[in-house]
Amino acid sequence: MTFPANRRSSHFARWSWRNARVRAWIYQLAMLLGIGLLVYWLVDNTLVNLAARNISTGFGFLEREAGFAISESPVAYRPADSYARALWVGILNTLKVAALGVVLATLLGSLIGIARLSGNRLLAAVATAYIEVMRNIPLLLQLFFWYALITQSLPSPRLALEPMSGVFLSNRGLTVPWLSGVNGSVFWLALFAVVLYLIVAVCLGRKAKTAYLPGKAWALMGLLFVLAVSFAITITLSPGLHLSVPELKGFNFAGGATLSPEFTALLLGLVLYTAAFVAEVVRSGIQSVGAGQWQAGRALGLRDGQVLLRIILPQALRVIVPPMTSQYLNLTKNSSLAVAIGYPDIVSIANTTLNQTGQAIEGVLIIMAAYLTVSLSISAVMNLYNRRIALKER
Amino acid sequence: MATASTYVGVRPVRWYHTLVNTPFNALVTVILVGLLAAILPAAVEWLFLSARFGGDSPQACAQVTGACWTFIAQKHRVILFGLYPYAEQWRPLLACVVLIGIVVLSCRRRFWRPALAIYWFGALTLVGVLMWGGVLGLSFVETRLWGGLPLTLILATVGVGLAFPLGVLLALGRRSDLPAVRSVCVIYIELIRGVPLISLLFMASVMLPLFLPEGLNINKLLRAQIAIVLFVAAYIAETVRGGLQAIPKGQYEGADSLGLGYWQKTLFIVLPQALRAIVGPLVGIFISVLKDTSLVVVIGVFDLMQATKAALADAQWQGFSTEAYLFIGAIYFVLCFSISRYSQSLERQWRQG
Repeated sequence: MTFPANRRSSHFARWSWRNARVRAWIYQLAMLLGIGLLVYWLVDNTLVNLAARNISTGFGFLEREAGFAISESPVAYRPADSYARALWVGILNTLKVAALGVVLATLLGSLIGIARLSGNRLLAAVATAYIEVMRNIPLLLQLFFWYALITQSLPSPRLALEPMSGVFLSNRGLTVPWLSGVNGSVFWLALFAVVLYLIVAVCLGRKAKTAYLPGKAWALMGLLFVLAVSFAITITLSPGLHLSVPELKGFNFAGGATLSPEFTALLLGLVLYTAAFVAEVVRSGIQSVGAGQWQAGRALGLRDGQVLLRIILPQALRVIVPPMTSQYLNLTKNSSLAVAIGYPDIVSIANTTLNQTGQAIEGVLIIMAAYLTVSLSISAVMNLYNRRIALKER
Repeated sequence: MATASTYVGVRPVRWYHTLVNTPFNALVTVILVGLLAAILPAAVEWLFLSARFGGDSPQACAQVTGACWTFIAQKHRVILFGLYPYAEQWRPLLACVVLIGIVVLSCRRRFWRPALAIYWFGALTLVGVLMWGGVLGLSFVETRLWGGLPLTLILATVGVGLAFPLGVLLALGRRSDLPAVRSVCVIYIELIRGVPLISLLFMASVMLPLFLPEGLNINKLLRAQIAIVLFVAAYIAETVRGGLQAIPKGQYEGADSLGLGYWQKTLFIVLPQALRAIVGPLVGIFISVLKDTSLVVVIGVFDLMQATKAALADAQWQGFSTEAYLFIGAIYFVLCFSISRYSQSLERQWRQG
């Protein structure tokens, strides 16, 4: 509502209905009063209902013993630990699958998006078919499909498929060789250092006109340095470090690391589904760059691949980053579907918690708070990045 | 590396030249042809050649190496209509046709006038009469027995239909000059867009009963519907806001100079133009909602997905999940794909004329 500057408003009484300012205030007061009454009514009902059912309110239950097992956890957890600890495990599991998913979906999606624009008609057709099929089938159905495929159609560990030496696919999930004896906390700290470095490098990198990745020599050297240092620290603080190769012992594998069927299905589903959307984002970004740029690049004698990487993509990124941000957020929010196939993410653990304690309101609030925090952080980082690559206009 | 010659004005080439015109393209072609030659025959073999279509019991598929379509043939009524009384299943079928019809009509430009709201009201009333019955000599069927495809379509269509006016109001509020109205709308939109739909469904299933006074019970289906409406409204609001931002300032100034009030200006000048610009994105939202309705399985509402899981849980028929998921995957795909293609083709027509 705009209020044209009304020079005659002084003619109106200061407190008259005909004064636009007064009307605006009254409207807003009425609205706030309405919302306030609604909230009061809901809270009042809730308190009455809780009292009737003998449910206490508040977050005191978080310190009580959880008493349920969690099938997989990046940190130590026992059923004797508190609910707070269990929920923390859930948050870490969500972050784990979302972080991996974002990286893999970006890589796969970019490849498919570029493939869709390929001059090779067969490649473009296959990419288009992939995008259309993935986009028009519910993610939940895809997750059920992959989960059923892994748990029902793959052979038992004894007959596991071995696509590469030491890598086993079976109905127990994906088993791979892994470093054994790593001091867990150090490993996560090192990983955190690398991620932090990447964020700093992107935000503080020298402002070049087409700086779109910390891909300049110094940034790359810095990354290698950070990697080497964290690796060295990990090795020195983890005695008994060795590469453990899985082998069949009895009915299951010993050694190595196993990605559970739940995690594998969830990650696979999220990545394949989101990649289709990322591909569309990348495609429209590339197409937003004028054809003249391609011609100019070719006129310089660059190969198509070089034109794409050095001329087109840096400009396309400005169009790509905002919708890409929403795809990252979607992937993170979609990881909540884990509850349907039994991967212990925050939603599934909060759900177990609220079923056990009856603290429904607190449980749902914890879920919402966790996702809001993650969503806002991703938005903030991507907005920073977006500002870095935005056109500098005088 | 991929080339952009398909849309960059270089010398036009015949499409089959692009398969081998560079060493890289030749390599890609060889790999893809190899992959397709490995996958397609095996898929056709499993889906059709060695699949079993007839029979009426799981024993019919005992010796079959391919798909067992017997399962679908036996179970398709349960998957499509859930527990709805068998003899009355023409009613939900007709309801599905009405719902798809109103969505298809809404894509056409000829129907974009205030009367569209009346058509929607009429269509939803008709669906209600068909599903509930109890009038016109139809037997009464309670919502507990509803299920399958009509429920999926109802959740999506009613969800978008009711969320639309709410979303428009939120979008207008977000662009309002009144600070209190604006901040309430911003908080609502960002809060909803920041959390997954599942958390809202949980909220509807476990918290809604606590919010309401004793004795006021809302059934599970309506709770899920409320959650979907509140969720979709935030996304529609952002889309509408995009349409509002695309309107040149001169339109507002013109309306002001005619002396129109805020609601006249909004309803007769601004909104018609804004909504016209965002029909494509709105269809996109409808398709996302149609897919997202499948999440109601987590609170036990009997939609297409839940009905399929119920059919799979039959102890007699074990291990046919691939066939079942392919079947409903095909249903979702046909619905979503055809609606999106339809709206795209309409948009192309308008651009041309």
